[in-house]
Amino acid sequence: MGFKRGPVPGTDDMKLHEYQAKEVFSEAGITTPASELAETVDEVVEAAESIGYPVAVKAQVHVGGRGKAGGIELVDDAEEARGAAESILGMDLKGFTVERVLVEDAVDFVNELYVGVTMDRGEGEPVAMVSTRGGVNIEEVAEEDPDAIAREHVDPAFGMHPYQARKAVYDAGVDSDVASDVAGVLRTLYGIWDDKDGEDAEINPLMVTADDEVVAADAVFNVDDDALFRHPDLEEMHEEGEFSETELEQKADEYGFDYVRLSGNVGIIGNGAGLVMTTLDLVDYYGGEPANFLDVGGGAKADRIANALDMVFSDENVDSVVFNIFGGITRGDEVARGINQALGQFDEIPKPVVVRLAGTNAAEGMEILNEDLVTVEQTLEDAVQRAVQYADDVDAEEVAE
Amino acid sequence: MSVLVDDDTRVVVQGITGGEGRFHTEQMMEYGTNVVAGAVPGRGGEEVAGVPVYDTVERAVEAEDADASVVFVPPAFAGDACFEALGVDDLDLVVTITEGIPVQDMARVNRRLQETDTYLVGPNCPGLITPGEAKLGILPGNIFSSGNVGLVSRSGTLTYQVVDNLTQRGLGQSTAIGIGGDPIIGTSFVEALALFEQDDATDAVVMCGEIGGEDEEEAAEYIDEYMTTPVAGFIAGRTAPPGKRMGHAGAIVSGSGTGTAQSKIDALEAAGVPVGDTPEEVATNVEDLL
Repeated sequence: MGFKRGPVPGTDDMKLHEYQAKEVFSEAGITTPASELAETVDEVVEAAESIGYPVAVKAQVHVGGRGKAGGIELVDDAEEARGAAESILGMDLKGFTVERVLVEDAVDFVNELYVGVTMDRGEGEPVAMVSTRGGVNIEEVAEEDPDAIAREHVDPAFGMHPYQARKAVYDAGVDSDVASDVAGVLRTLYGIWDDKDGEDAEINPLMVTADDEVVAADAVFNVDDDALFRHPDLEEMHEEGEFSETELEQKADEYGFDYVRLSGNVGIIGNGAGLVMTTLDLVDYYGGEPANFLDVGGGAKADRIANALDMVFSDENVDSVVFNIFGGITRGDEVARGINQALGQFDEIPKPVVVRLAGTNAAEGMEILNEDLVTVEQTLEDAVQRAVQYADDVDAEEVAE
Repeated sequence: MSVLVDDDTRVVVQGITGGEGRFHTEQMMEYGTNVVAGAVPGRGGEEVAGVPVYDTVERAVEAEDADASVVFVPPAFAGDACFEALGVDDLDLVVTITEGIPVQDMARVNRRLQETDTYLVGPNCPGLITPGEAKLGILPGNIFSSGNVGLVSRSGTLTYQVVDNLTQRGLGQSTAIGIGGDPIIGTSFVEALALFEQDDATDAVVMCGEIGGEDEEEAAEYIDEYMTTPVAGFIAGRTAPPGKRMGHAGAIVSGSGTGTAQSKIDALEAAGVPVGDTPEEVATNVEDLL
């Protein structure tokens, strides 16, 4: 609708890598372990030697549960460091290739805590969280034992009062020897979150050492995409850290589409998130399987429509495409021109396309559409059923072959 | 006869000199909306589409006796524009169309909103319309028809789809409100439903929700406890996988399973609200309820 800024970097919030988040946290005064970023096996060994063993070698990819997946190894000497580097660098971690590792001093701890700040969307207010159950998946803790996490809502007009940080820390049952330091970390974390338009800021684990030091052993910082315009430094970090998107996601970024790939074979293009979701649901309702969510946004012109079709055609899982546009600020004639433009370049249409246009200039659009190239349906329900049927036909042919 | 807007509503457009502001001001006026002023800093004294522009919202409201504002200000400045509108006592309604306002800006606006008795619709919404009287926003006026069905929705084009299904069956609308797809919005489902409940001209309400958040569940509780006007529902996003944002910033099923379509459908059905599988079925359900 209206003011969407150009291509957005992905459909989710901007995630920083651990090493980047630690840079941000450490600049604000939170203690982090000595560490170095490395891209080659030799660099890993060199970093490990200079930091001193034991060190952790940690994959820098946007994937949860890196440790369990084999993306983090603890090493005690040069030989082990080399082995860890060889196995982690270049490995595939849940679909992401590891290009960089963080080599980090392995902190000797007596306790692992959790601290985090996020936006409670239900309340429309920030919420700070503290738990003594750090070092594990906090979402699981939240589910199994919600009382193990102390929560403190913050009035965005005032920011976090010092007493609120203390309250959360005491409520969580943090040892009194470190309570004041942990409260300090929480306030600093809130300050970062507030200054830099954070979505989520988390330290898990926040380690407590034998001499009562608190150290951020991991760091998560996700930033609100929509606020990046006032944080050019973070936008830069995002660009330098990004290797990991799939080809289709990169393409969606280039075109500036909201796109989510799914596992089915009916490609879906529409305008407006709610209507596109509804189209997905109807594909499912009529017995098909949606291949994707693709929202061209409001007011799409012919070029953008052609790009959307190109995008869905380049997904090899797609057997048929349903185009569902209800024009408000999007005009049916522009959509029709885009479809003709995209399909005109093929000698043979690669996948059958069903089009349904309604709203602004829909009648003009129907006139323009070349019915040799596409199937035109009048209603959403008919269009979806037709596309599902086309996809089933392709399946049947494949089985026959 | 309707809720929030009618043919007496006098509108100031914030951001009227921008491309979107100008275009939709013309569209609103063509529909019959009384757009009486524009507000753009540094542009006071100009005219857009025959409408006088003022440097501040306060001046526009004072000079032209406006009681509602529509915000077409770019996202970086839209939070400030909302604060400006909320600071003018005579405005009863602020409609923020802008998409992409930083979440923390909206959290502060939302906090300010609690201190006022102004309705703020949006952001990231198509606006609202009382068919035949006035539209504030970007909805295509020609698909609406006047009648006794209220409509409240988180999504723009889905609203158009459902309205189209209603209109084609001769089911006109009292007022249709697009409350917006962001995680933090002003007017909620519950507030919109309460307005329709109090409106004599509304005999049934359609509520179109989607995955993410718990607003639909809260609405279901409200309907169950307080509403006598019948409600028909629709929920988009049954096939959305957890952890993936489906376009709207608010439309995400969290990893722990909250915000799913099924939990919303269950809540609504438990409150006696029939939830259609298709937009077409929603229209059928409304027919049955009337």
